[in-house]
Amino acid sequence: MMIVAQGLEKVYTSGGRPLPVLQDIDLEVAPESFVAVVGPSGSGKTTLLGLLAGLDEPSAGRVLLDGQDLSTLTEDQRAGFRARRVGFVFQTFHLLPTLTALENVLVPLELRGQVRGVRQRGTELLERVGLGDRLGHYPAQLSGGEQQRVALARAFANEPAVLFADEPTGNLDQETGSTIVQILEELNREARTTLVLVTHDLALAERGHRVIRLGQGRIVSERPGRMADAAKTTP
Amino acid sequence: MNGRFAVRLAYRESRHGLRRVGVYMASITLGVGALVSIHSFRDDVARSIQDQAEVLMGANARLSAGRPFPDSVRSVVDSLREAGVATSDVTTALSMVLAPRSGDVRLLQVQATSGGYPFFGEVKTDPEGLWGRRSLERGVLADPAVLTQLDVRPGDTLAIGRVRLELLGTVEDLPTDLGFQTAIGPRVYVSQTAMEAAGLLGFGSLARYEVFLRLPERDDRTAIGDRYRTVLEATQVRYTLAEEQARQLSNGVRFLGRFLALVGLAALLLGGIGVASAIHVYIRDRRPGVAVLRCIGAGQWSIFLAYLIQASALGFLGSLGGVVLGSGLQRVLPLLLGGTLPVEVTTRFSVTSAAAGLGIGIWVAAMFALIPLLQVRDIPPLQALRRDFEPGRRRADPVRGAAYAALVASIVVLCVLEAPEPLMGVGFALGLGVCLALLGAVAWTLSRLTRRFFPSRASYPVRQGVSNLFRPQNQTVSVTLALGFGAFIVGTVLEVERNVMDDLSLSFGQDRPNVLLFDVQPDQVEGISDLLPDDVRSSVTVAPIVPSRLESINGRPVEELRADSTAEDRPERWAVRREYRNTYRSDLGPAERLVAGRWWDGTPGADDPTEVDAGDLPRVSLEVEVARDLGVGLGDTLAWNMGGTSIPSVITSLRAVEWDRLEPNFFAIFEPGPLDFAPQTIIMVARIGDPERRAGFQRSLVAAFPNVSALDFSRVQEAVDTILSRVRQAIAFLGAFSVLAGVVVLVGALATSRLQRMREGALLKTLGARKAQVLGVLFAEYLALGTMATSSGLLLAWAASALMVPRLFEVPYAPHLAPMGGIWLAVAGVTVTVGLASSRRLLRRPPLEVLRDIAD
Repeated sequence: MMIVAQGLEKVYTSGGRPLPVLQDIDLEVAPESFVAVVGPSGSGKTTLLGLLAGLDEPSAGRVLLDGQDLSTLTEDQRAGFRARRVGFVFQTFHLLPTLTALENVLVPLELRGQVRGVRQRGTELLERVGLGDRLGHYPAQLSGGEQQRVALARAFANEPAVLFADEPTGNLDQETGSTIVQILEELNREARTTLVLVTHDLALAERGHRVIRLGQGRIVSERPGRMADAAKTTP
Repeated sequence: MNGRFAVRLAYRESRHGLRRVGVYMASITLGVGALVSIHSFRDDVARSIQDQAEVLMGANARLSAGRPFPDSVRSVVDSLREAGVATSDVTTALSMVLAPRSGDVRLLQVQATSGGYPFFGEVKTDPEGLWGRRSLERGVLADPAVLTQLDVRPGDTLAIGRVRLELLGTVEDLPTDLGFQTAIGPRVYVSQTAMEAAGLLGFGSLARYEVFLRLPERDDRTAIGDRYRTVLEATQVRYTLAEEQARQLSNGVRFLGRFLALVGLAALLLGGIGVASAIHVYIRDRRPGVAVLRCIGAGQWSIFLAYLIQASALGFLGSLGGVVLGSGLQRVLPLLLGGTLPVEVTTRFSVTSAAAGLGIGIWVAAMFALIPLLQVRDIPPLQALRRDFEPGRRRADPVRGAAYAALVASIVVLCVLEAPEPLMGVGFALGLGVCLALLGAVAWTLSRLTRRFFPSRASYPVRQGVSNLFRPQNQTVSVTLALGFGAFIVGTVLEVERNVMDDLSLSFGQDRPNVLLFDVQPDQVEGISDLLPDDVRSSVTVAPIVPSRLESINGRPVEELRADSTAEDRPERWAVRREYRNTYRSDLGPAERLVAGRWWDGTPGADDPTEVDAGDLPRVSLEVEVARDLGVGLGDTLAWNMGGTSIPSVITSLRAVEWDRLEPNFFAIFEPGPLDFAPQTIIMVARIGDPERRAGFQRSLVAAFPNVSALDFSRVQEAVDTILSRVRQAIAFLGAFSVLAGVVVLVGALATSRLQRMREGALLKTLGARKAQVLGVLFAEYLALGTMATSSGLLLAWAASALMVPRLFEVPYAPHLAPMGGIWLAVAGVTVTVGLASSRRLLRRPPLEVLRDIAD
């Protein structure tokens, strides 16, 4: 999916005063590419991700996903768009505690009203992330790494065109984190998904096509990652 | 323990996060409000009655009897009058009153007064100044209800017995009126001369004779009672002092008040559950902070004390609110209980009730807070470093055990203090405990079943909503207990009332007699039958009534038997002293079953077919219960005084009687023959289904036989209905407090899980859920919660009514679906409304904002 952001701005109100979080963001993400967004805490990374996913409306500017201007859609239409085309992975996993692993994976499919074959698809995805034996477990019964793998399975359940990941390894130890990244990359490759990843982990960021650095709500630098180099060197 | 540190900490901590716990304190406010209002109301009524003792009687003392005073008592009254005591005769009879202009007819109380009655208080009439002998010589006065019932206005003529009198006006306020008396039947007021001329006081008529006395000196009042005790007792004339009557009245009200107080207390204890659950969540949220405090050296008891101070302070504020609420409600209760109260109630702020409410409220809040607060001691300092560190569980904790014991003891003590009798209080506390335990068990079972069997094919929002009930740290159980208990109380009250009313309408229902004619003279039976519609005539029951008193049992005078305190089978006082209304007939009635001996025609009794040889004596059949209380059985002889003549009899059979049926039933039935010529009146019972024809019959009856009274059972049913529904209103009103307390607990539970629900809602939206879908999930969750709570409460209400109705009211029990459905709709509706209202922001806020908040 092609992602375009033009003149993006977001201003929150804090203590009665305007607090600009993002300013003058112009950005293009090519289909099937892997873009990492890095920057210090409070630089606006999560807000940018949210605006690109249509989780909130920008104060100025617009976001186009495959040419569709999100600002022309209502909140419900944006939600419907996400249900069909967008996947999410969060730092704190955000699994629904009252649902089993399998049920969590099925949520995006069920939100789309899909009934047939959903359980099989969910089971396959959980097997794919190595949790074939944990289908009926509740989040509280899973380790952090396992929870994030369930979240990954959920993110790919609706075969999204774009996946937004917000610090997916932030709450995991290094070893578990790298397993997660590995699965993420594999799934991404298989599903030919566009990936936008927010992270503090520079090593992880380097693995993408592009690394965008944010500072105080603006893009301060932009450079190619290792994947871009690989693409160049691949004949 | 460092007290000063605890106080400071309590203050500083209270600036954050306590507000959410404050919602729960509203449940204490409700409970205390209910309690204070009932206490104050009880005081108000008791005080009003005591203040108005003389006004309520209209005199200082009263002589009363169900038949004309014998000469011996008359001469007592005469001698009192000669000694300067003011006396006033009041005679009240039941009679049919016809309004010729409208054609309406009603059975009313006709009251004749002479002398200065009432000696205290002022009678208000419209037009003014009509009360008194002189005006009554010209016509009659009536209670305002008579005007609507007979469709008459002042100036119209009323036919009472054999006389026709002009209606002069209405009695707006008779201070001696005990509210519920006029519910039985409104009155018309006539002069003694008119009463006599009307011919209402004939043989066998239902009349009440009273002489009111003005005796300002207390010593005189008691002296008269002592001096004439023998003659009064022998003639069965009652002597009642105004203060005695007031005491009895206040006892009745106090009992009702204490019963209501228990319902109020239940609401307060529910509030307690709310507090416990709020404190539990509050402490859970405080764990990291407490761990840090422990790290830097705060003792566990100091921290515990700080939180206890907070809980008590909130309990104080909640209770204070309750006192204010209660003082307001105090004014509402008299309105609700309106006609059932004996006096006009003046409300006054009751310091003792307020103080008691305040004290009880703080105590309940502290006691219920204690157990969750004790968790504070278990928070290890290490948790400040590692949040997931869980200490090993303490095995036996004597302090926790003591806290539970103190809580249970507090509840029992409160119940005993509030209940009409200590034993009832213990029973109530026990019942409450069992009830909550059962509610919990039912809720638990329902939730397990829901989880286990909930259809996996149900739509996603429904499944998600239902599973939300089981989210970690959920408060499903406390909300279910609180809401369920309210539903239980209201449900039980409704079920009991419905069943009692059903039984009543069954008694008055199809094919059962609905008109009772009494004071019929034997020579009038034929004429009255002719007035009846043709299809009714054949089914009329005619029963002669022979007023009788027991003289002796097996040859021993009843006074002697009563006086013999050594006799094991000493007959019961009521059975010996009452005036019997005996009858004679050849067949068993439809409500009777022969259990022992043989009927006149030889039919054997079901349990014991012994045949008794009566010789030449008249045979009599006794009802089994009265036979037991008299200590007699088959073959015993009874001698009766009937109109001055002594009639002997032998008991040859015993009958079981269904008293709640309206067919005329009797303790003693003679064989036909021996009583044919005894002084008697007749009662006739008929069923005239069509109200128009019933009214028409009553009109022609009054015109042709003015001495005969007709009781229309549908009016009795209405009167009972009115009184029952008033009491139901009062109980349901207080029961509603439990529901409200439940709602407060719900609001609190929603407040404490707000963050979690926000997060879930935002997540669902992020994953692509539309607003309607998120709304659907919430709707399903609250509907399931409300349904689970209500169905637990209602299942229990059914069980309780099924146990209570047959035992307490001796009425068969049948469950009612409609009112229960109503309760479900109301409680589930409130749950859904409150739930969705508290989730408004969740739906409005964009998911990114929520996710950012949580990330922060």
